[in-house]
Amino acid sequence: MSVSNTIQQLSVFLENREGRLDEVLKVLSAAEVNIVALSLADTSDYGMLRMIVSDPQKGRSALKEAGITAMLTDVVALRVPHATGSLCKAMHQIVEGEVNVEYMYAFANGSDAAAVLKSDDPARVIDILKGSGFDVYSADEAYRANQ
Amino acid sequence: MAKVTLSDWKEQIRTPEIECMSRDEMTALQSERLVKQVKNVYENVEFYRKKMDDLGILPEDIKSIEDIGKLPFTTKEDLRDNYPFGLLAVPQSKIARVQGTSGTTGKLTLASYTQKDVDVWGECVARGLTMAGLSAADRIHVCYGYGLFTGGMGLDLGAQALGAMAIPMSSGNTKRQLMCMEDFGATAFACTPSYALYLAEAAAEAGIVDRLQIRASINGAEPWTEEMRKKIESILNINSFDIYGLCEITGPGVAMDCIHHKGLHVYEDYFYPEILNPADQSACADGETGELVFTTLAKEGMPLIRYRTKDLTSIEHGTCQCGRTLPRIQKFTGRTDDMKVIRGVNVFPTQVETALLSMGGGVAPHYMMIVDRENNLDVLTVMVEVDEKYFSDEIRKLDQLKAKVGAVLKQALGVSARVKLVEPKTIQRSEGKAKRVIDNREL
Repeated sequence: MSVSNTIQQLSVFLENREGRLDEVLKVLSAAEVNIVALSLADTSDYGMLRMIVSDPQKGRSALKEAGITAMLTDVVALRVPHATGSLCKAMHQIVEGEVNVEYMYAFANGSDAAAVLKSDDPARVIDILKGSGFDVYSADEAYRANQ
Repeated sequence: MAKVTLSDWKEQIRTPEIECMSRDEMTALQSERLVKQVKNVYENVEFYRKKMDDLGILPEDIKSIEDIGKLPFTTKEDLRDNYPFGLLAVPQSKIARVQGTSGTTGKLTLASYTQKDVDVWGECVARGLTMAGLSAADRIHVCYGYGLFTGGMGLDLGAQALGAMAIPMSSGNTKRQLMCMEDFGATAFACTPSYALYLAEAAAEAGIVDRLQIRASINGAEPWTEEMRKKIESILNINSFDIYGLCEITGPGVAMDCIHHKGLHVYEDYFYPEILNPADQSACADGETGELVFTTLAKEGMPLIRYRTKDLTSIEHGTCQCGRTLPRIQKFTGRTDDMKVIRGVNVFPTQVETALLSMGGGVAPHYMMIVDRENNLDVLTVMVEVDEKYFSDEIRKLDQLKAKVGAVLKQALGVSARVKLVEPKTIQRSEGKAKRVIDNREL
């Protein structure tokens, strides 16, 4: 199994200062990069903005040009059916497979939900999920979610 | 204990024959000592022989203290170049003690003392303690750090010379400090002014001020204001005094202020002060601000000729209301370099840079130091740029990096720093003289 089913997340380091998030969003908007999903983690010093966007490469270049630190991270977007216990079941498989999940966030995608997973071994996560009957979104599906 | 008002104050002078000497007598004493010291360093310290030879100066050319301007300077860099024992004027076997401070490159500034130097040091501190109204009957609680730092040892030696009781607490653990202060019936305490204020407020909060027998505090090793002194005095109902010193010259006890607080009396029979124009090193007149330069007139172990402190101040030679003729240096108005005193520790921005470079990646050697005072204690924050290569989307990894930078800085500076990670390329780049320090303390 190749890692072709991982998707790229655009991660941005945000200093805690006024208007920084606004700047980032403006840059992406001007570059016509659409944000499909986002998660914003905060610490006392800085924030970490993690996004699934329509064109991660383009988003990163645009931010870089504007002097904003951004990086691309391989993540897995798990398709979670809207049924009680489905996320629980998927996570259980990953735990059994002894893969460490660093963080996770979710967004609705049509009739299903997508759970974005960052792990130390994305290829293995895909193997485990597919092997236990779960589906993951391809990059194309994820970047154009809900459209 | 009751603070003594100026009208009720009975001035005590430990060595009136020195401290109240006429200007002519003092000049004669200084001249005699300088001539002897110059001969000594020329014969026994290669560094000075070479410097004097380069200037074409022979010991015979120095006939009185007025000739001091002919002599070469000594800088902190010279001390570093000759670290640790290159500037000794006696065989190493004669050295009784060393003391030091952290230096700019992770190396210490080390000072060596013969037993006589140690005795002179204690004597000078004892003069200061007497100036603070203390005597052999007093119990002096020393909460300066003991160790290579001169604070603890200096005050301890002073208490010994005075015949007083020394309580060697060292720094830290405020609760325990206050408990011992009360239980042992300390009548005076010595520490940095910021810690003194912190202790005073802690004592007030604990409601124990009335149970303390403290009547004086001796505070120095960092800059402080009149307002701070008045605050410490009013909370504890005591008299507070400013003590000054630097380990290169001897440690605390180079100068101290009297009850009139009109500047710090310099023990000029041992430490000859000059105030020099920073632009051309010409002598400043009384009242003019310039760089403070010291010559150790009687030091045996590591005598220093015209040591440039880089502290900016002015001097007054007029007789003080306390009766002393010893000249008074004013509170420092700044530095000729960018050194900062943080919680009594000398910190140079270059130390931060060296420490960041030593990490070999993770952060860029671009930084900004911010010094604040919170709850009367100095707080150093260092803003550091994350290296783009090490940037991670995982907070755990960034936190690890932050902790590592914190540990490296603490190791290098000898004082802990809050680390704040910032985005790459957001800190101003060097364009000639980049501003690397923001000092928000109002001193």
